[in-house]
Amino acid sequence: MTMQTDEIAAPAQAAPAALGRAMARVPSGRAVAIVLAVCGAAVLPLVLQSFVIFQMTQVMIYALAILGLNILTGYNGQFSLGHSAFYAIGAYCAAIMMSHWGIGYVWTLPAAGALCFVVGFVFGVPSLRLQGLYLALATFALAAAMPQILKFHPFEHFTGGVQGIIIDKPDPPFGLPIDADQWLYYFTLVVLLVMFAGAASLARSRSGRAIMAIRDNPTAAAAMGINTALYKTLTFGVSAFYTGVAGALGAIVVQFVAPDSFSFFLSISFLVGLVIGGVGSIPGCIVGGFFVLFVPNIAESVSRGLAGVVYGVIMLLVIFVMPSGAAGLARYVGERAARLRRS
Amino acid sequence: MKRITRRTILAAAPGLAAVVAMPALAAGKQYGPGVTDTEIKIGNTGPYSGPASSYSAIPKSLVAYWKMINDQGGINGRKINCISYDDAYSPPKTFEMVRKLVEQDHVLCTCGTLGTPTNSAIWHYMNQKKVPQLFVATGATKWNDPKGHPWTIGWQPNYQSEGRIYATYVLREKPDAKIGVLYQNDDFGKDYLKGLTDGLGAKKSQIKVAASYETTDPTVDSQVIAMKSAGCDVFVNTAIPKFAAQAIRKAAGIGWKPLHILSSVGNSVGATLKPAGLEASKDIVSDFYLKDPTDPKWTNDSGFKWWSAFMDKYMPGADKTDVGYVIGPSFGPTLAQVLKQCGDNLTRENVMKQVASLHNFTVPMLLPGIAINTSPTDFAPVKQVQMARFDGQRWQLFGGLLKGAVG
Amino acid sequence: MQLLLQQILAGLASGAIYALMALAVVMIYLAIDHLNFAQGEMAMFSTFIAWQLIQWGMPYWAAFVIVVIVSFIGGVAIERIVFKPIHNASILAQLVAFIALFTIINSSAGQIWDFTIKSFPSPFGHKPLLSGGLIDTHQAGMIGVTIAMLGLLYLFFRGTRLGLAMRAAAANPESARLVGIRVGWMTALGWGMAAAIGAVAGMLIAPVVFLEPNMMLGVLLYGFAGAVLGGLTSPAGAVFGGFAVGIIENLAGTYVPYFGREMKLTIALVVIVAVLMVRPTGVFGRRVVSRV
Repeated sequence: MTMQTDEIAAPAQAAPAALGRAMARVPSGRAVAIVLAVCGAAVLPLVLQSFVIFQMTQVMIYALAILGLNILTGYNGQFSLGHSAFYAIGAYCAAIMMSHWGIGYVWTLPAAGALCFVVGFVFGVPSLRLQGLYLALATFALAAAMPQILKFHPFEHFTGGVQGIIIDKPDPPFGLPIDADQWLYYFTLVVLLVMFAGAASLARSRSGRAIMAIRDNPTAAAAMGINTALYKTLTFGVSAFYTGVAGALGAIVVQFVAPDSFSFFLSISFLVGLVIGGVGSIPGCIVGGFFVLFVPNIAESVSRGLAGVVYGVIMLLVIFVMPSGAAGLARYVGERAARLRRS
Repeated sequence: MKRITRRTILAAAPGLAAVVAMPALAAGKQYGPGVTDTEIKIGNTGPYSGPASSYSAIPKSLVAYWKMINDQGGINGRKINCISYDDAYSPPKTFEMVRKLVEQDHVLCTCGTLGTPTNSAIWHYMNQKKVPQLFVATGATKWNDPKGHPWTIGWQPNYQSEGRIYATYVLREKPDAKIGVLYQNDDFGKDYLKGLTDGLGAKKSQIKVAASYETTDPTVDSQVIAMKSAGCDVFVNTAIPKFAAQAIRKAAGIGWKPLHILSSVGNSVGATLKPAGLEASKDIVSDFYLKDPTDPKWTNDSGFKWWSAFMDKYMPGADKTDVGYVIGPSFGPTLAQVLKQCGDNLTRENVMKQVASLHNFTVPMLLPGIAINTSPTDFAPVKQVQMARFDGQRWQLFGGLLKGAVG
Repeated sequence: MQLLLQQILAGLASGAIYALMALAVVMIYLAIDHLNFAQGEMAMFSTFIAWQLIQWGMPYWAAFVIVVIVSFIGGVAIERIVFKPIHNASILAQLVAFIALFTIINSSAGQIWDFTIKSFPSPFGHKPLLSGGLIDTHQAGMIGVTIAMLGLLYLFFRGTRLGLAMRAAAANPESARLVGIRVGWMTALGWGMAAAIGAVAGMLIAPVVFLEPNMMLGVLLYGFAGAVLGGLTSPAGAVFGGFAVGIIENLAGTYVPYFGREMKLTIALVVIVAVLMVRPTGVFGRRVVSRV
């Protein structure tokens, strides 16, 4: 724990100076912000009660799933209503490996991700021919079919059918003096950071630029020699990989999977989180995760019978205030601030 | 002071077993989490939003029931603070909300949490944490497991038992029947089908058509036509009111007159038979454990009058044809009885002890003669049902009370 | 053979439901160039208003006319209040607004009218039309109304200046504005018409599926699938698609052995996606050629 406190202390002292520089030099400002955020995230479980820690873990998991959708929609401009299916595949993969085969939870993540990558890649092939709303229907078909497949009688031996699968919560390893909730939080945080870093470097890489070029102008991208078909299917695979890992984490944290957990409405939630956070923005995914988890709770506390109305009105207001999501708002505020400094 | 008392007792709980067993002798009061001299906190989750929100009548009326109890002075002088959260029928959300109830709101127990997948998601957690998960609003068979899950108990007769009762009835009335089954493609539909299949035993091949539907299906016409075409002469209709009504109307429309058995999920006169057409519903057979509030024969029944007065005062404007509003105020009195029996010993252990010692207890809207009985080895409070036939106006009960064979 | 015929007829009957909804879907698509996820809920709400009016003693046809007018006004109002302020936002942001509208309407209908099913009267009655009762007068009436509405829409879009202006406004707002079309009001008008068509659809669907707040959930999905299958730019295609979905679904449920009944929705969707593979803009859809 001492290491963490040191880490926090140092940036905290440097913060005022860094803040000044951040206004002028955006990249270093961003780096400081990231370090601060990570340190803050690392301290949280030490001060919060375990229920809130669990909620924060869920926020991170949703953020990861939303990032998966973001890679497809934000980077590549493809549209999906089917990500609840990839989330479900990841979750069931983890649950089946843990409960039927007794495999450690850590190993379920790469397996779930790999399986989803393959499914996503295969699904990406037919969707090459489809665009916009037609692609939306194809992906919707996947989301609608998934609970039916999970309930399907001959698979019941594996999937537990309608009753689902209960799994045990992993204990912290190496005799760490933290409880299971705290451990899962740190575990999820590390996975999240690794995968966020992966997404960020993907966006900066040659492949990432190709993927975004396809989004901006497919014809021009093809003319420049980008293999659009390959990149589009690969993006589908990577996107499914991210959401699948999130699904596996979700299963481990909730300790239960059932077909009803992965209805089409989950896809809608991811979409809402994506738009509220900001399409194409990585930190925006976390805002999206917060929104998806907490705003329904807030809506309910306003009025139980009219929870849906309140939730809808909040969504509308958010879209009115920031039509390009939290990331768009942040960009706008940043630009205004920079202009004020200059003048 | 109270907090300290509570903690000390919790810490010393195993050692105090003898004292717990004799609450009357202990001069001091014994409180579990969520209990004070003036209040008992209990928790609940239900689908107030989302596609399953039609079930929200159950938690709504349960919360209203406690309001009535509090207006009447509470239980042993303590007001009931029932905290109910929306889970949108999503298991991860239920898990989150129940953890909130247990870890943040510190409820003594939960009551009437709704749905099979949702309760499955919290099943392990509640038993690990040793929090009473009482009277879950689902008819799955697995809730009656006092050995494996001593902190969870169901309430209603389970679906599989009902399915077996239909099988027995069919075998008696039409031994060489060709059976068509309509079921919802989820836990409760499949449980009915399993009970029916098990009940038929060697004759299960007599199920000629087992057709499922999804709740998003617009109609079940195709399924009904398939049954008629297959020559079925018995129709076991286990659908929820909307689809049950469609099936009744379609069967009448295509001139199909099988022996029609309707499950207790969809047998409300007001919610199913009236929309389907009373004439088309004639001669349908079903089973009951609750009084159908839309059946005119209960007009002068004291239990119904109590319920009706409760609804008028505490749920004004609610649709009284919705059976959900009967279920909530039936869970309520059962828990009220448990808390009464607990006296001043309101620990979670004693709550479960009292839950397992309900003897011949009845609630106003249970059918006459049906009593709630539990024991440390019997976690199925309501076990009996009675068959009835619809005469075109109201249900006519026949035969004695039947006991389910499962669980 | 008889079973086949019966299932096709039943498929036509439920296909009429999808076709009606698909028409409303295409209507909004032609007006605003994307889909309205709250369309089913708007239709459900309109139908509830009609039900309430009839409960209060109003004759069916009076309620029908009033509800169609009210829905038209309501559609225009929603466009003006909710969507005009964000018409510059991205499609995804608008999609979230549709989802918001969906939950608002669904939740308030449940709060106002409760969730128990209600029977809704049919202007055509429920008498059997063919021997065996496979199609009743209401279902035949529904098919008739669908085709009549299709004809009216065709005349409107092909034969009137207003219809032409509306198509222009949706297809190419900038150019339309240059030739003097008031694009904003065209969009609002499209919303109003879609809401009115949806209201008619809702009032004809409710007698079959029963009236309740979630009644359009499945219908919209199937209607959406039908519209996409037929081609989103073609009203005739939408009607064709709706009927096709109804028939495919019933035949899949009846004839695909082993898992047909449990997964008929899945099968129907797979068939649709397979068709889209061959014709990516639907069976009757126009290929959109974009200039680079």
